[in-house]
Amino acid sequence: MTEASAKQEGLSVLDRPNSYIGKTVPRPNLDRLMQGRGAYVSDMELPRMAHVVFLRSPYAHARILNIDASSAKQMPGVVAVVTGKELADVITPWVGVLSHLKGLKSAPQHAIAIDRVCWQGEAVAAIVATSRALAEDAAERVDVTYEELDTVTDMCTALDPATPVIHASLGDNLAFERLHNAGEVDQAFAGSDEIVEADFVFGRHTGVTLEPRAVVADWNPAEARLTIYQGTQAPHMVQNIAALHLGLEERQVRVVCKDVGGSFGIKVHIYADEMATYALSKLLKRPIKFVADRVESFNTDIHARDHHCKGKVGVKRDGTIMAFEIDDLTGIGPYSMYPRTSAIEANQVVNLVGGPYITKNYRARARVVFQNKNVMCQYRAVGHPIACSVTEGLVDLAAMRIGMDPVDIRRRNLIADDAYPCGSPSGLRFERLSHHASLAKLLEMMDYDRLRAEQAQLRKRGIHRGIGIASFIEVTNPSAAFYGVGGAKISSQDGVAVRLDAQGSVICQTSITEQGQGSESLTAQIVGSVLGVSMDRVRVILGDTDNTPYGGGTWASRGAGIGGEAALQAAKVLRKNILDVAAAILQATPAELDIVSNAVVNMGDGAPRIELKELSRIVYFRPDTLPPGIQPELMATRHFVPRDYPFAFTNGVQASWLEVDTETGFIKLLKHWVVEDCGTIINPQLVNEQIRGGVVQGLGAALFEKCIYDERGQLTNANMADYLVPMSGEMPDIDVGHVVSPTAESELGAKGAGEAGTAGAAAAVSNAVNDALKPFGAIITEIPITPQIVLTALGKI
Amino acid sequence: MTAPISISLRVNGERVDAHVMPRLNLADFLREHLHLTGTHVGCEHGVCGACTVRVNDEIVRACLLLAVQVQDASVQTIEGLSDSGEISDLQEAFRARNALQCGYCTPGMLMAAQDLLKQQAEPSREDIREHLSGNYCRCTGYHAIIDAVEATANARRGSAR
Repeated sequence: MTEASAKQEGLSVLDRPNSYIGKTVPRPNLDRLMQGRGAYVSDMELPRMAHVVFLRSPYAHARILNIDASSAKQMPGVVAVVTGKELADVITPWVGVLSHLKGLKSAPQHAIAIDRVCWQGEAVAAIVATSRALAEDAAERVDVTYEELDTVTDMCTALDPATPVIHASLGDNLAFERLHNAGEVDQAFAGSDEIVEADFVFGRHTGVTLEPRAVVADWNPAEARLTIYQGTQAPHMVQNIAALHLGLEERQVRVVCKDVGGSFGIKVHIYADEMATYALSKLLKRPIKFVADRVESFNTDIHARDHHCKGKVGVKRDGTIMAFEIDDLTGIGPYSMYPRTSAIEANQVVNLVGGPYITKNYRARARVVFQNKNVMCQYRAVGHPIACSVTEGLVDLAAMRIGMDPVDIRRRNLIADDAYPCGSPSGLRFERLSHHASLAKLLEMMDYDRLRAEQAQLRKRGIHRGIGIASFIEVTNPSAAFYGVGGAKISSQDGVAVRLDAQGSVICQTSITEQGQGSESLTAQIVGSVLGVSMDRVRVILGDTDNTPYGGGTWASRGAGIGGEAALQAAKVLRKNILDVAAAILQATPAELDIVSNAVVNMGDGAPRIELKELSRIVYFRPDTLPPGIQPELMATRHFVPRDYPFAFTNGVQASWLEVDTETGFIKLLKHWVVEDCGTIINPQLVNEQIRGGVVQGLGAALFEKCIYDERGQLTNANMADYLVPMSGEMPDIDVGHVVSPTAESELGAKGAGEAGTAGAAAAVSNAVNDALKPFGAIITEIPITPQIVLTALGKI
Repeated sequence: MTAPISISLRVNGERVDAHVMPRLNLADFLREHLHLTGTHVGCEHGVCGACTVRVNDEIVRACLLLAVQVQDASVQTIEGLSDSGEISDLQEAFRARNALQCGYCTPGMLMAAQDLLKQQAEPSREDIREHLSGNYCRCTGYHAIIDAVEATANARRGSAR
C-alpha cells in the first residue's frame, strides 16, 4: 500500500503541537456501527407509527382510468388508502428547473400520480397500515384500471417527429440543450494531421445504497410541527422543500438525519414517495414510515449516466492536441428531478471535456431528452466519468493513431503545473492544479516502464494485459454558482458552532452531514487541533436542523473544504475567547498564553497554567471571582462559503492494469493506482478510503452495472441478483498517492476528494482494455464492458 | 396458514419464546420482534449479506430463513458477538483501518469475516476476498476490509504462538 504524500506547507493555525491535521486518526463513534447499535432510519419506531407501501405502476406510460380501493380498505391493519388526487389537497406539485440552466423545462410532478403514470414504478396509490406486511397485503387488493399509452424509451429517437411527446404542454421531448463553442475549432481540425472520431456509450446505472431510501415523517398537529427523520445528505434542503409544498414555514419543519446506510448522491434529492410520506403524516396526523424495498429502489432511486456521446479530437503528428468536439445525448426519464434538476450532468459533461488539456479549441453540444424510464439525476461524480472517459478515450485513440505512447501524449498536452491560475475552454477557472506532478508520481508508483516490459513479455505467451491511464479534473467546494444562482434554496455556505462545556470539553455543531465519509472526524480533528483540545474531548453534532447552524450538507465533495473551514474559523474565535478569559484569570496577556493538551500553558516555556476544565468551572460556576467587566463567551459560530472561485477544482490521474481473456471475454482487474490532489489533507486514511470507494463505484460502471430496460420501458434486472455490482472477489487492491496543492481561498486549504475515484476509474479501465486488445485492432468505447462486448469487438460472436 | 406459531429458541444466549406468523423471516423477527436492529436488511433475497447471522455456529442469511425454522436453535447476532467480546480484536482492526464507512454492511461483514477466521488461521488476501464475496459493501471498495481481516488473522496467529 502506498500512502505517499507530499509534505504539506506550514499552516500556522493548524501546524501546532499535537495537531491532528494530516494525521491518520480513527473516526469517532465507529463502535455503534460495528456493534449493530447504529441509528438508521430503517431501524426507527415511534408510538402510533404506521407504515406506507406505494402501489406502483406496472406500465411505463399509461392513463389511470380508475382506482378501486374499497376491498383494500377492508383488509386487516389498514389505516388508509390514499390516491394522488386525495393527496394533492395536502401537498402541491413541483417543477424541476433552475433559472441558470437556460431553456430547461419540465412538467409538474405530483407526490403520487393523478391521472397518468410516466414510468414503470411511479406511485399510483399509498396504502397505510400498521405494518409493512399488512400494507403489502392490502396493496394487492387495490384495483387500478390503466389504459396503456405509447412509450418513449430510446433516447436516440426521442426527438424524432414520429415519436410521441410525453408532456404535450412542453411541445417536445427536449428538456435542455447547451451549445458551446470556444477558440477556432474548424481551423484547428483543418490544421490537424489526424482526426479521430468515436461514439461513446455509457450504460444507465444507479447507486444501490445498501440501506434503501428511508423516511419517518411525524406531523404533530398539537405543535403544528413536522419532524422528518430521513437519511439525507442535505437536511436544510429537505426542510425548505417540505415546508414549501406542505404550506408550512420552515420553522415548522425539523429534519433529523442520524446514521445513513450509503448515499453517493442517491440521497441528496427529493423523491415523490418521500414527499408523499410527509404529506400522509400531515393528512393522517401520525408518524408514517416509508422504507423502499429493493425492487422499489431500483425502480425509483435516481439512475445516472446513460449518455451517448460522439467525440472528435484533432492531433498533430508531434502529439499536439488541436481541438476537441463532442455531441452528447442523455435521457433523463419523464421529469427533471427536484430541486437540483436533471440537466446538471449533461451540463457538467460540456464543462469538463478537455479540461486537463491546453487546447482552447472546443465545441460541444449536449441534449437532454425525456423518456418513459425512471428519473435520472446527480450521482457521485456527476458528469465526470462521462467527460473523463470521452476525453481520455479520445486522447488514447489519437495517440494510437500517431503511434505515440499514452504517457507521452499526456505529458505534451496536460496544462503545465506553473501555468496557473488559468481557464479552460468551457470557461472554468483553475486556481492551482498539478497534472504533471501527479502523472510523474503515478508512473513511479506503478513502475510504468517495468509494467510495459512485462506486458510485452506476456503478449508473446498469448496473455493480453493492458495499461490504461486517465487524467481528470474534479469539481469540489461548489459556491452559490451551482444551485443558488439558479433559484434553488440549497445553501452553498456552511456553519459551525463550537462551545466549551462545563468540564472543558468541546461541543461542536456543524451543518455538514455524515454518511461515513468522515465529516465527524474531520470536524473534530480541525477543532481539536486549533483549540489544543484532544479529539476525545470534542463531540460533534450534525444532521439536525433544530440543532446545527444553517448549511448545505455533504455532497459535491464540499464537506471538508467548506464545513472544515467553518470549523477552523469558529475554533479560532473560541480559542481567542478562551485565552482572553485565561489571561484575566491568570493576570497575563492573551499573547503570552497558548492552549496545549486541554490546558492553558505559557506560550514561551509551555508550562501549564490552568486546565480548561478549571477555566470552565470558574466561568460557569464562579464568575463572581472574575475581574469586573469580563463577560466570557465560551461559544463561537462561524460560516464559510467560497467566493473567489465558483468551484475549487482538483485533479488527479488513475491507472488500471488488467488482463483480458480473449476466449471468454472476461476482464480481470489486477491493480489500480490513483494519484490525486485535494489540497490540504486533514486525514490521509479517510481521503484514501474515499478515493478507493469512489474507484470501485467507477469500476462497477466500467464492467458490471447497468439498468437494462426493454423497449416497453420495463426494467428487467431490478434486483441485486441480476444487477451486478463489484464484489470483493473481483476488485483489485488500489494504491493511492497524493500531490498537495492547497487552495488559497481558505485558511484550511482543503479541496474535496469524494468523487475523484469515480471520475476516472472507468476511463482508465476502458483505455486498459483497448491497450490489451491493440494487437487485435479492436476498440471498445462502451461501458459496462461485458464479456459480450469484448467478444463482439474481437469478432468472435 | 395464517395462524401464529409458537417458537422457542436462544438468541445471544437468552431464551426467547414468541408467537410468529409462518411467513415471518428471521431478519424481520430479529429486527421487529426482538428489536435487534444490528441485523440489517439490504436485498431481502439472500444476495447482499447485510443480514448475516450465526445459527448453530453456521452463518446464514437471516432473510432466507423463516423464524419458524429456528425452533430450538441458537442464534447469534452482531449484538451478541459484540457483547461477548468474541470479535473485539476484529472490530478494533476495522476501526484502525477505517474498514467501514456508512456501516450498514458492517455487522454482516464482521459475521462473515469471523466465520473465515475461525476456519482458517492463515487466509491469503484472495481467500479473504473469496470468503467475503457474498457481502456487498458500496462504500469502501473492499481494500480496507481485506486489510483489517488480514491484520486480525496475523495478530491472532501471533498471540496463539
